Amino acid sequence: MAEINNEFALAELKSKFGDDVLGSEEQYGMLTVEVSAEKAAEVAEWLRDHDRLTMNFLTDLCGVHYPDNKGKELGVVYHFHSWMNNYRLRVKAFCSIDNPQVPTLTGVYASANWMERETYDFYGIQFQGHPDLRRILNMDEMDYHPLRKEYALEDETREDKDDRYFGR
Amino acid sequence: MNNLPQNKNFDNYVSNETIDGEIATLNLGPTHPATHGIFQNVLKVDGERILHSEPTVGYIHRAFEKLAERRPYNQITPITDRLNYCSSPINNMGWEMTVEKLAGIEVPKKVDYMRVIIMELARIADHLVCNSVIGVDTGALTGFTYVFQEREKIYELFEEICGARLTTNIGRIGGFEREFSPEFMRKLNKFLEEFPAKFGEFDSLLTRNRIFMDRVIGAGPISPERAISYGFTGPNLRAAGVDYDIRVMNPYSSYGDFEFDIPIGKDGDTYDRFMVRQEEIQQSLNIIRQALDGMPEGLHHANVPGYYLPEKQDVYNSMEALIYHFKIVMGETPIPVGEVYHSVEGANGELGFYLVSDGGRTPYRLHFRRPCFIYYQAYPEMIQGSLLSDAILTMSSMNVIAGELDA
Repeated sequence: MAEINNEFALAELKSKFGDDVLGSEEQYGMLTVEVSAEKAAEVAEWLRDHDRLTMNFLTDLCGVHYPDNKGKELGVVYHFHSWMNNYRLRVKAFCSIDNPQVPTLTGVYASANWMERETYDFYGIQFQGHPDLRRILNMDEMDYHPLRKEYALEDETREDKDDRYFGR
Repeated sequence: MNNLPQNKNFDNYVSNETIDGEIATLNLGPTHPATHGIFQNVLKVDGERILHSEPTVGYIHRAFEKLAERRPYNQITPITDRLNYCSSPINNMGWEMTVEKLAGIEVPKKVDYMRVIIMELARIADHLVCNSVIGVDTGALTGFTYVFQEREKIYELFEEICGARLTTNIGRIGGFEREFSPEFMRKLNKFLEEFPAKFGEFDSLLTRNRIFMDRVIGAGPISPERAISYGFTGPNLRAAGVDYDIRVMNPYSSYGDFEFDIPIGKDGDTYDRFMVRQEEIQQSLNIIRQALDGMPEGLHHANVPGYYLPEKQDVYNSMEALIYHFKIVMGETPIPVGEVYHSVEGANGELGFYLVSDGGRTPYRLHFRRPCFIYYQAYPEMIQGSLLSDAILTMSSMNVIAGELDA
């Protein structure tokens, strides 16, 4: 059996999902594939059940926020790992900040439950079909999503600290 | 990997019959002496039997991922200390290796070997804490006091290298701040000589102890299929019978140079988790000996002046060193734009760092893949139908560390 590599994985994904594969790049040896948000769960399930790729493990799931990426501000980054082939793959799904909806992976991996709750907590991404989408690390009364880029860490009204002198 | 054991019927060891049909709500935690950290579990119990459990986490959340977006790369190392604080050096080095991967820094072989020694010492310390605490929760306090003396010696070794004990901030991006001192080597050799006997004492106290075995065998089991689905990694996964270890799958820091075994269990219960850690301690000792014997000649850091702080002496006397010193301290070193995921075998599982860099002085996004945050969500399923005292054992044997769970 031929070894699983990035070209093979990308070709398989493209032949199956066609136009839903929005882009791909390779960084530090790891293939990153961007898929349309509504297909994210389907892609995950297909990757897991694929008889050659066998991406059997959801290593990581996290959010990311690009305020300048209009219409696709919020992203979910999945890291899949195939233990049989020892092959890792990164999948991204972007959604707009006004309507941040991505299907849940809880039906595919039990571990997605808390990771999606964490992502919801910090980025406000609504995982459709999630059985228990509540805040997990922050308190329930909080009414904003703190890891979004509009919440600066330091108080920007402070005048005693001039960032120019610190190369910021 | 392909012949995973068949899913066993774990329901046999407890019956689901109610005692008198009365269900009580029990609030275990957030601060409870038996939870070893700040975890809250709202349990629905029928007598001693747990029907349902609802964990609440986040009591010591410190927003590390947000903090990291404002800190230069070398200032993030102390944050990683506070993830799994029982084995901070592994976190520190995992982070350093992530930045090295992003920046394309090749470290000398000697640094790899030095790191392996420190990381394996940290793993021993972490496993000692976890296993001795399983003993405490079964009522055997003695073993705990025996091995904490040994853990103390490991902390003395860390102290010899970096001056700190618990939150070590050990090493630098590009290597180590200094060579292993002769005093460190003396203490390490003494430790390697004396530890096996002490550890053997602890081992003989619990491993084949009938009372201990009766108490822990069958407590909090998980099948390999569920463990994989729940994102288990590390000793907990291996106890369920899956031989996944990043040191072997994706060798980092020259782990490929060493011969060692990956112990695996069968039932994924508390006893198997205990046994896997006991054996891993032996294997770690083995790796440390091999690393000491094969320690290559060379420099204790990579030649990367843009990332590695120059000697203080040079900063006073050389213009170039002063400039680099200033740039590193102010976070002015250029870093490539890119995304990188790097993972190391932490003491309780796959500790991953997902780093997005936009070329600025700080990470654009840094996500820690914290193993126990991911596998702790299996806890309600693992304790459902078991006794309350088994639930305590299950938690301590899963090695859930509050600092890592809540980041």
